[in-house]
Amino acid sequence: MAAPDVSSAAGAVDLDRSVIAPGHSSESMTAKISSVVFGKTPPWMYLVFAVSFSLVMVMNLAIARLLFVGTGIWGLNVPVAWGFAIINLVWWIGIGHAGTLISAILLLLNQRWRTSINRFAEAMTLFAVACAVMFPLLHTGRPWLAAYWLLPYPNTMGIWPNFRSPLIWDVFAISTYGTVSLLFWFTGLVPDLATLRDRTRNPLLKIIFGVLSMGWRGSARHWHNYESAYLLLAGLSTPLVVSVHSVISFDFSVSQLPGGHATIFPPYFVAGAVFAGFAMVMLVAIPVRKAFGLEDFITSRHLQNMAKLTLVTGMIVVYGYAMEFFFAWYSGNPYEIFAIIENRPAGNYALAWWSLIFCNFLAIQPLWFKKVRQTPWMLWIISLIVSVGMWLERFVIVVISLSRDFLPSSWDMYRGTVWDWALYLGTIGFFFSLMFLFVRFVPMIAMFEMRHLLPEGEVAHEES
Amino acid sequence: MAQIFHRSTNVISKVSILFLLVSVAGGVALIMAWERSPYATNEGVVYEQPVPFSHDHHTAALGIDCRYCHTTVETSAFAGIPPTETCMTCHKEIWADSPMLEPVRASFRDEVPLRWNRVHDLPDFAYFNHSIHVAKGVGCNTCHGPVNKMPLLYRGASLQMRWCLDCHRHPEKYVRPPEEVFNMDYQPPAGDPQLGERLVAEAGIEGPQRLTSCSTCHR
Repeated sequence: MAAPDVSSAAGAVDLDRSVIAPGHSSESMTAKISSVVFGKTPPWMYLVFAVSFSLVMVMNLAIARLLFVGTGIWGLNVPVAWGFAIINLVWWIGIGHAGTLISAILLLLNQRWRTSINRFAEAMTLFAVACAVMFPLLHTGRPWLAAYWLLPYPNTMGIWPNFRSPLIWDVFAISTYGTVSLLFWFTGLVPDLATLRDRTRNPLLKIIFGVLSMGWRGSARHWHNYESAYLLLAGLSTPLVVSVHSVISFDFSVSQLPGGHATIFPPYFVAGAVFAGFAMVMLVAIPVRKAFGLEDFITSRHLQNMAKLTLVTGMIVVYGYAMEFFFAWYSGNPYEIFAIIENRPAGNYALAWWSLIFCNFLAIQPLWFKKVRQTPWMLWIISLIVSVGMWLERFVIVVISLSRDFLPSSWDMYRGTVWDWALYLGTIGFFFSLMFLFVRFVPMIAMFEMRHLLPEGEVAHEES
Repeated sequence: MAQIFHRSTNVISKVSILFLLVSVAGGVALIMAWERSPYATNEGVVYEQPVPFSHDHHTAALGIDCRYCHTTVETSAFAGIPPTETCMTCHKEIWADSPMLEPVRASFRDEVPLRWNRVHDLPDFAYFNHSIHVAKGVGCNTCHGPVNKMPLLYRGASLQMRWCLDCHRHPEKYVRPPEEVFNMDYQPPAGDPQLGERLVAEAGIEGPQRLTSCSTCHR
C-alpha cells in the first residue's frame, strides 16, 4: 500500500476535493477517523456523556413510574386524548428521515458529498426510531402486551387488528423503517469494522470487531456482493423516505378532526421530517467535527449543502402551513375555518402557533445568505430553533385541534405533566447517549467510502 | 498476520444464525401452541367438587332433565345452581345414609349452601346470557360438551373468544330446533344441508354484523 503523491493527482478531481480537505491519503484519513475509536476518551466526553446519561436515568424513572402507576400520570384526558406521546413519536420519527434521505436517495443520485455524513446520519435514524417507538408502546400502559395488540397473528381471540386504521399502518411503517435502517447501517459498517479489526492491537477488540465484520476480507467477490446488497438496500430505503412519514400523517389526515384532515398532510409531513432531520444532523455534526477535529472530512461544503436542504424543505413546510389556511378558507366549513384561521393564531394556544411561525419560518430566513451558511455556530443555533419548531408543529396539530373540538362544552386545556416532560427529555438523553457511544466505538465516517473520494481512490480502491 | 479465528468458525457462525432463527420461530410456535392447550384453557380438566356429583348418572341413567336443577336457564342470564333442598328432594329417601353425601346433609342441616366450584366461568368483561342462547336453539352440549357422559364434570370447551366467534360467525352450523335444546344426544338429521339456515331464519338470529359487534358481548 504505497501512498501515491497527492499533489500530482489533485488537479483531476477538483469537484471531490471540496468534500475532503487536500493533502489526505488513504492512510492519513483512515488513521484520523479510526483514531477516534482507538484513542483515549477525551475528558469533555465524560462530561457530556454524564449529562445525557443522567437524562437516561430520568427516562428510566419516568418509565418505571408509568408502569407502576399507569398512564394517569400523563396529562392526557378527554378531549385531548393524544398528547406528548404522539407529538414525540412524530418528532423522533421525523428526525430519522434525514439519515434515510442521505443514505438512500443521495446515494442513488450519486451525490458523493453524502459520504462523510451518511454513517452517522444513519445511526441517528436508528436511535431516533428507538426513541420514537418507545412512545406508542408506553402509551399502551402495558408495553409487554403490545405485540399481542398490534401485530396480526392468528390469536385465540379469533380477530385481527383493524387494517383500516392508520394506527396499524404505523406499526408496519415504523417496523419496516427500523429494520431496513438497521440493515442498511450495519451493511455499510462491515468493511470499516474489518479495517478496525485489522488495525487494532487489542486481542479482545480484534475478536469483537472480527465477529462483527463477519469474515470480511475485502476480496473482489466480497466487494461485488457488498455493492449489490448496498444498492438493493438503498432501493428499499428510497420509498421509505416518502412512505413512513406519509403513513404517520395519515394518523391525522384520515381522522375527521378539523386541523388534521387536509390532503396536503403527507407531502407536508415528509418535507417536515427531512427538515427536522437535517437540522438534527447539523446539531450533532457541528460540535462533533469540531471536537474530534474532523473538519477535513465534514467540510464547509457539507454544512452548506445541508443548510440549503434545510431551507428548501423548511419553505415547503411553510407552504404547507399556508395551504392549511387556504384549505380551511376554501372549504367554507365553519369548523375548519374556526380551527385553522381563527383558533390557531388567536386561540387558546396562540403562543404555541406564533412560536412555531417564528421557529420554522422566520428563523430559517437567514439561510438565504451564504455568509450564514458558512458560519457553523449560526447554523447550529438555527438547527436548534428548527428542532424546537418541529416539535411545536406537532403540538399545534395535535393539541390545538383536539382541545377545541366540535362541541364547546367539552373544550379543555392540555398541558404535559412533569412525567410527560421527564420522558421526553429522557429520550433526548437516550438519543445523545447512544450517539456518543456510537461516535466513540464505531467509525462515524465511512472510511472505505471516503477512500473513493481521495485523488488516489480513483485507482486504488483497497487498502488492508 | 495470524488468523484470529479458526477455520471451524465459518461453520459455527452459520449454524448459530440458523439456530437463532429456528429458536425464535420455535419459541413463537411454542407460545401459540401453549395458549391453545388445556394447560392454558382448562378444556377437558375435571374440577374438584365438595361432593363427587355425577352428571352421567343423574341424567343419562336416571333421566332427570337439565332444568330440574338448572331452573333459570330459560329465563335468565345464569342457568342456576340448585339449592341443597333440590338434592334433598330425592336424597332424603335415596342413599340417605351414604357417607359420600354427608356434605349435602350437613348443608341442609346447618343451612349453609354447598360451595360448588364453577367449571364454566367466563371473564367478567364478557357478557353472557343463557336464556337467549336456549331460546334461539343452542343445545346444552354444544357448549358444555357431553355432560350426560361425564361422571365428573370437566370443562367442555376452551371458552376462548375465537370459540365464541366460531358460532357467532356461523350460527347455522350449530343451532338446532328449539325443542331439541335439552336433548343431549341430538344429531342433525342427515340429508338436510339447508336446515341450519332455515333454523337461523326461523329463530330470527341476526347476521354476523350484529352477532360479532364488540358491544354484543363486551358491554
